[in-house]
Amino acid sequence: MSSEQLIAAIKNPYLPDLATVIGAVDETPNIKSFRVVLNDEEKMKRFSFEPGQVGQLSVFGVGESTFVINSPPTRMEYLQFSAMKAGEATAALHELSLGDQIGVRAPLGNWFPYRQMKGRDILFVGGGIGLAPLRTLILFMLDTRKDYGDITIIYGARSHADLCYKKDLEDWGKRNDVELILTVDANSPGPPIREGFVPTVLNEIAPKPDHKVAITCGPPIMIKYVLQNLAQLGFKDEDVITTLEARMKCGIGLCGRCNIGSSFICKDGPVFSLAELKRLKFEI
Amino acid sequence: MKKAGYLKKQKEKEFIAALGAKARVYAPCLEDEAVLFKPVEPDSVICLSRPAVSSPKSAIYPQSETLFSFRFKKDSEDPRRTLVELDDTIAVPDTIIFGARPCDARGIAVIDRAFSKTETPDPYYLARRAKTTIVTLTCPEPSTGCFCTRVGCGPAETSDSDVMMTELEDGYLMEALTSKGEALLESPILEDGTAYEAQAKEAQKAAHERMIKEAGEADTTPVDPETFHSQVFWEKAAERCLGCGACTYLCPTCYCFNITDEQVVDKGERIRSWDACMFHHFTLEASGHNPRAQKALRLKNRIGHKFVYYGEKYDGIIACSGCGRCIRGCPVSMEISTIAAALKKNSGTVSGEQ
Repeated sequence: MSSEQLIAAIKNPYLPDLATVIGAVDETPNIKSFRVVLNDEEKMKRFSFEPGQVGQLSVFGVGESTFVINSPPTRMEYLQFSAMKAGEATAALHELSLGDQIGVRAPLGNWFPYRQMKGRDILFVGGGIGLAPLRTLILFMLDTRKDYGDITIIYGARSHADLCYKKDLEDWGKRNDVELILTVDANSPGPPIREGFVPTVLNEIAPKPDHKVAITCGPPIMIKYVLQNLAQLGFKDEDVITTLEARMKCGIGLCGRCNIGSSFICKDGPVFSLAELKRLKFEI
Repeated sequence: MKKAGYLKKQKEKEFIAALGAKARVYAPCLEDEAVLFKPVEPDSVICLSRPAVSSPKSAIYPQSETLFSFRFKKDSEDPRRTLVELDDTIAVPDTIIFGARPCDARGIAVIDRAFSKTETPDPYYLARRAKTTIVTLTCPEPSTGCFCTRVGCGPAETSDSDVMMTELEDGYLMEALTSKGEALLESPILEDGTAYEAQAKEAQKAAHERMIKEAGEADTTPVDPETFHSQVFWEKAAERCLGCGACTYLCPTCYCFNITDEQVVDKGERIRSWDACMFHHFTLEASGHNPRAQKALRLKNRIGHKFVYYGEKYDGIIACSGCGRCIRGCPVSMEISTIAAALKKNSGTVSGEQ
């Protein structure tokens, strides 16, 4: 077998699928969501993933970055990703228009252990763009609502303008099978909602840990205090789940960036229980 | 019976030229004062007497390589749209690494495992690796910083090579270790080597003993977990590190990489290049957050990868071949061997770093 055939024989994990941007939503002044479909219709039809899995988006000529697929597998008209404008790749993503071509390598990584969460009450604690991975699971759970107990969502951002997925927040706020608690930092102009940091609001709400699983994502500093506060509220380490981010390049556990000891966030994560993070001696 | 050939020193050039007619030959070549592993050119001066500054890993895992090319094209049906075409075909030449040292071959074995024994193997590496034959030289003399025997390798270690060559008075005994190696020894330039085998065995034994005397026996003491997770230990160990990353580029087992795009007008390439975990920006996120912001944490990751993490995944194997290149190449004389030894004690300090 020639080596060129060898490359063809193994699916090339670095070669993205081409995809087209079919929708874009301005979520906040610096966060944009993109809805994409794979150009290969058959591939798009066969595409399957689990809530919490991520993908690498390419803007050819600029580079690749990792984003969670934040539309749920129960809604497959398109794959949605959200990007906060922070570096070169995200700045290029923000420049995209409808019809533009991007590269997608997905799905990558593990997912939320939702099968083990069936029948239990669910507490989501999110901050800023950290709502993206939670959104996937929230929508998935709402689409399979009877499988889960009470759903509580605590979500905060710096200001009203920085609250992500406003359309979803409005929907969830109206539902009587979801308890939604929104909070913003002090002095944010907008309709009166709670004021205060997410970890503080979590303590004020003080959810009981019985039969509950807590899932949190946000900026590292928020996750750090939310994990501490959940422990104080009596949540067991196995029942606290977070999803991590890191600078990633390959997405398949080789390039050496996103490791926590011998585990890789891209491949063995991004979803970890607090119990797993403690075994890995991970400190946020 | 293993195939053995004898290469007379006066025929070395002729033999390498013959290999070069069939494949790309990588060998330690003199460049000014330095010995560097490079593709052999007609005017190259091959130098087997000193260990090369660089490792031969670049023959299989180039310092930079194109993963695929992309091209922008107007959509003929809708001229407002730009389409993208991708092409990931690559040419993979037959390659012979000539004159590696056993520590170099061990380094390649370490990278082999990382790129193949994993959920998603790396097709670029595998394609090149499948077409590579490794001819290794029994290491005649230890160099400054060498400690291969301490990490379970050795100057006459044969397990990671296709051919072992041992220097004798007027030539080299070439012993095939694999079928690839046997194919390489099919050459009219070589004489029958059987008569030299006993002599070579003696030379290998002597080389091994010299190295043991210099560096000591294999140290199988496990890393002390408390020391390994001590912040004080790493702060002290990393105190004089400049974060230049030279160690990672010289290392035969380091394989961390970066992926970047380069574009000129309507076409470009996605390129993979060696990167270094000792660089601050290696893990720096666009938000400004950096999970390994301190050099102590970066050093812990680098040494940890070689002496702890790799073994957790691969059967306790140490991902350091003791070649000593990082020691010889470090501008501030940091010694991975000293740090590794200190890690095994519950001391909390690096000996010799008071």
